[in-house]
Amino acid sequence: MSASTELAANRRNIRPGRVIAWTLLILGGFLMALPILYMFSTSLKPASDTFDLRLIPAAPTLANYIDILQDGRFIRWFYNSMIIAVAVTASNVFFDSLVGYTLAKFDFRGKNIVFIAILSTLMIPTEMLVIPWYMMSAKLGWLDSHWGIMFPGMMTAFGTFLMKQFFEGVPNDFLEAARVDGLNEFTIWWKIAMPMVLPAISALAIFTFLGNWTAFLWPLISTTSPDLYTLPVGLNSFAVGEAVRWERIMTGAALATIPTLLVFLALQRFIVRGVMLAGLKG
Amino acid sequence: MSVTDPNGAAEGRPGLWNRLGIRTKHVLWAWAFLAIPVLFYVVIRFYPTFDAFWLSLTDGNIRRGPSFIGLENYARMYADPVFWKVFGNTFLYLLIGTPVSLVISFTIAYYLDRVRFMHGLIRALYFLPYLTTAAAMGWVWRFLYQPVPIGMINSFLTSIGLEQQPFLRSTDQALMAATIPAIWAGLGFQIIIFMAGLRAIPSSFYEAARIDGLGEWAILRKITLPLLKPTTIFLVVLSSIGFLRIFDQVQSLTANDPGGPLNATKPLVMLIYQTAFSSFRMGYASAQTVILFLVLLLISLLQLWLLRDKK
Repeated sequence: MSASTELAANRRNIRPGRVIAWTLLILGGFLMALPILYMFSTSLKPASDTFDLRLIPAAPTLANYIDILQDGRFIRWFYNSMIIAVAVTASNVFFDSLVGYTLAKFDFRGKNIVFIAILSTLMIPTEMLVIPWYMMSAKLGWLDSHWGIMFPGMMTAFGTFLMKQFFEGVPNDFLEAARVDGLNEFTIWWKIAMPMVLPAISALAIFTFLGNWTAFLWPLISTTSPDLYTLPVGLNSFAVGEAVRWERIMTGAALATIPTLLVFLALQRFIVRGVMLAGLKG
Repeated sequence: MSVTDPNGAAEGRPGLWNRLGIRTKHVLWAWAFLAIPVLFYVVIRFYPTFDAFWLSLTDGNIRRGPSFIGLENYARMYADPVFWKVFGNTFLYLLIGTPVSLVISFTIAYYLDRVRFMHGLIRALYFLPYLTTAAAMGWVWRFLYQPVPIGMINSFLTSIGLEQQPFLRSTDQALMAATIPAIWAGLGFQIIIFMAGLRAIPSSFYEAARIDGLGEWAILRKITLPLLKPTTIFLVVLSSIGFLRIFDQVQSLTANDPGGPLNATKPLVMLIYQTAFSSFRMGYASAQTVILFLVLLLISLLQLWLLRDKK
């Protein structure tokens, strides 16, 4: 049986050094996850047990979650975060791919200038742009709106660069064949080229979603009414405003974390590969 | 198909679009695809960049419009002890955070790379913090840092007979206490990148080294680390940029007195935020963003120079 031969092979590989390394790695991993586990643990404890430091709650309860969801503010913030993250992700997938495709597959004068100009924006830190964005938003009446939070992130240079790299790998023959068949360029991009770079699109979508879900600085600046806060901004205002009730703050933090963990659990392989891609392309 | 025709005139006179050469159509399509994005980059990226430079030379008044004051903001910044304190803090974050996080993440990646048993689970455990919301985790860490009996870390310290630590309440420890969550959150990303770098080293190099009788340590020093140099430089730069822009965690870790105690934890981005949006001194804040930009630019150029030199 192959399983037993594998086991035998493994046994030969077991050396004390490896066992120690493995044990330390597991311990370290547990320590890394501890703040997150502890957050969930506290969110499941009744208020009277907050100072009970056991990781597994003695009397687990969903009371904090029910409390916070009945409060209404959190549902509102959750909804804002979701709308914004999804809309910005859709926009990035569409525009970054379209621009990446055009730069990879079309020949025209000025192409390099456009590419370099877009890439050069990677050098500009967001922190430098927020003040002009704020003044622009104030003038146009975009402050305190979903659009006001979303507009700066509708396209990104990094996404464009990533997609361009991938579209360069799409063989021209497919596109030519579609052209001969009389399809227009937009259809060729959307129906022929896009499905061929699905792994890149999923990586782009995941990272854009995560990035926007956790975004803090610009949503904090561009919104003033609590109704329009995103979850991170809302949690901050909630935790400052309230007399400190840690079990409720941890519940709020857990709510902010759950979607990203779900995305991770569902798409772990893509995420790890995506990080490698992002890192190696740099 | 005329609905998506980039040439609007073609709808009325179908002949015109058809009379265009293939080349011309090609170019028209390209610019039709680029029209909205080019507008976006000009209005949302380039114009604000120049605006930030311009604002830094003005008094940055929102209501009656900014008026030009030359380099006054920069002069004021130069004379401002709070700015220098914050500038120092920002570099402390970088100088502690980058080496510590790189050494830890390399060590973990180096050993994790050889572990087969439950590899995926272990990797996921290290990677989890990278997926969290920094602003929310600031609160979680703040909770962990509380004094006995609330805080887990102090409870642990007292249970093994050590003294309680003030962490975020002390001007000496607060910056360190704020750096740890930042290192913690970024570790997973660095580990994955290091592991990708390790995988990219051809195993024939190692085999040759073993045949030559090199020990583990010598292999690490003479083969692994030199071949990993581009990865390491990339991570040093990325991590430095991350620490120079630190904000979210610090804001929620010190939410009742942001950047406190006594500016001990205040990073540059928080100073910018407060100058611009609490004091509404947009011009002065813009001058601070220009300094941040120049520092980041310098680091990016350094990376380009280092990588060009070594390859």
